[in-house]
Amino acid sequence: MLEARRALKDILAGAVIIALGLAFALGALDYEIGDPLRMGPGYMPLALGVIVIGLGIGIVIKGFLAGEDEAIGGVDWRAIVLLTAALLFFGLTVRGLGVALALLGATLLASLARSRTSLIEVVATSVGLTVLSVVLFVFVLQLRVPLTGPWLPF
Amino acid sequence: MELFDNLGLGLETALRIENLFWCFVGVLLGTAVGVLPGIGPIATIALLLPITYTFEPVTAIIMLAGIYYGAQYGGSTTAILINLPGESSAAVTAIDGHEMARNGRAGPALATAAIGSFVAGSVAIVILALFAPPLAGVALTFGSAEYFSLVVLGLIASIALARGSTIKALAMIFLGLLFGTVGQDIYTGTPRFTFGVRELYSGVNFVSVAVGMFGVAEIIRNLESERTRELITRKITSLMPTREDFRRMVAPIARGTLLGSALGILPGAGHVLASFGAYTIEKRFSRNKKEIGHGAIEAVAGPESANNAAAQTSFIPLLTLGVPPHPTMALMLAALTIHGIQPGPTIVDTQPALFWGLIVSMWIGNLFLVVLNLPLIGLWVRMLTIPYRVLFPAIVAFAAIGTFSIALNPWHIFAIAFFGLLGYVLIKLGFEPAPFLLGFVLGPLLEDHLRRALIISRGDPTIFIERPVSAALLLLAAAALVLAILPAIRQKREEVFVEVD
Repeated sequence: MLEARRALKDILAGAVIIALGLAFALGALDYEIGDPLRMGPGYMPLALGVIVIGLGIGIVIKGFLAGEDEAIGGVDWRAIVLLTAALLFFGLTVRGLGVALALLGATLLASLARSRTSLIEVVATSVGLTVLSVVLFVFVLQLRVPLTGPWLPF
Repeated sequence: MELFDNLGLGLETALRIENLFWCFVGVLLGTAVGVLPGIGPIATIALLLPITYTFEPVTAIIMLAGIYYGAQYGGSTTAILINLPGESSAAVTAIDGHEMARNGRAGPALATAAIGSFVAGSVAIVILALFAPPLAGVALTFGSAEYFSLVVLGLIASIALARGSTIKALAMIFLGLLFGTVGQDIYTGTPRFTFGVRELYSGVNFVSVAVGMFGVAEIIRNLESERTRELITRKITSLMPTREDFRRMVAPIARGTLLGSALGILPGAGHVLASFGAYTIEKRFSRNKKEIGHGAIEAVAGPESANNAAAQTSFIPLLTLGVPPHPTMALMLAALTIHGIQPGPTIVDTQPALFWGLIVSMWIGNLFLVVLNLPLIGLWVRMLTIPYRVLFPAIVAFAAIGTFSIALNPWHIFAIAFFGLLGYVLIKLGFEPAPFLLGFVLGPLLEDHLRRALIISRGDPTIFIERPVSAALLLLAAAALVLAILPAIRQKREEVFVEVD
């Protein structure tokens, strides 16, 4: 159907919103709802979730009626995966390895997210950035972050 | 006079050597990061926020404010030199500013932006000093019903000014409000949506949301479609505008300052509207309107003044009402809260040194900007040549270490990844991240006042329309919503935005 294809972006957009609203609304049902006078912890999330679902449905309908016909465009999976991996790596290792090594790993992964960067540039960038960040944050600004961690033998 | 006593106290605070020094550093850092393309003021402040943790509150807020207007100024530099506005309010500067740069007049364009910003900033600060205390007085009479309606107005106004579809912007606000409910419920202590993770009890960290949605999501977008940029540097020979330039910039600066000061106070993205409005005014009323769009100095002076004036006056609602008018101010609110200061009507009386010190420091900071930027332009230009392959891992590294240092909590880092992905998907599907962020910050405030007002009225929702101030605010919000939906106005708004593209 031509109409549906034209509205693909809006329909997807609406679906994402509906899914998120639904997740919160269903989650809110686990908490006490209460009434307007004595609102329980679930009242606001439930009300907001229902509104979000309504708006999501509105976006889908609008997509069918007047799709904007804008291409969604390609997706750079390499960038998405490696940038996420960089942050997760830092989060998972910073307590065990300390800031220096966690940063080195994170900047290595992040630099690799750009496919056109050569391997030498990746290594140079991450080593340089790690040294710079450690000097700046740990020595100059004296932020209380652990430089090394208990996972290291020294 | 009381005003002079207050300004004296402010001057005394702002001139303390450590405040002076950190104001200078803030302006310098803000400009430096603001110059870097692909990272706007919101991500800049979020990234640099951790630097201020060990400071006294006054010093911290002075430095953050410096980063804020420094970043705005840096954004204009990027807009002029490589036609890549760091944020929406610099978009109009890019039109004529970049055209001037291509005509070999990058120097005068940059100088005009600096002079316009300084004049506008100075005037706006006087307005801030004059109007904030009386407004705080009015706000002292506000009850929960009024605050609820005020927050509603602020949220709705922010969509009237955003580009793109109204329903999508509304959806972003409500989604932001939803994510704001994560964490312990203030009344019962029940943890909501925390999945048993203790670290989430205090809610999702604001810095993580800002860095994720405005930093990481943006990086993914940029890597997807790396643009080649046209950097204009070789032609910067003279910075000084000619006598003719000065003559031509006077009226636009005056008009821009007035418009910006007024719009900055309004909730919503006042500074964006201000620069667009100033551009439209110049296009219609300037004596050289035919030149506008082809490198007219008026079209740089007007919007830049308006933008900066609005940036200063937008501190009024933040400081006196505790309601941030746009996402950048929301970051300021978060910063103040981290330092244990709750902005609101009582801040003028309880924290006079902070309040007046900040105001005076902004004037000093603007002076720094003028003095600093013109001689340092060579340095800024060199920063523009930093390749993106170095820049984006640097943003990731600073985001990680900065956010981690807030509470030494790895969950704040995971949240960056989560909101980076969420932001990327949403932006890809045509949503704007700014309303989300505003909703996220104002969510707890909205819920608190809603529940309190309803307890006072014994569950009767008519309290919001029975109290006149609250009713008026809600009426304004309804009007803003209607304006955003009305087709004729929508079209006009689209036109303005299309012109900029």
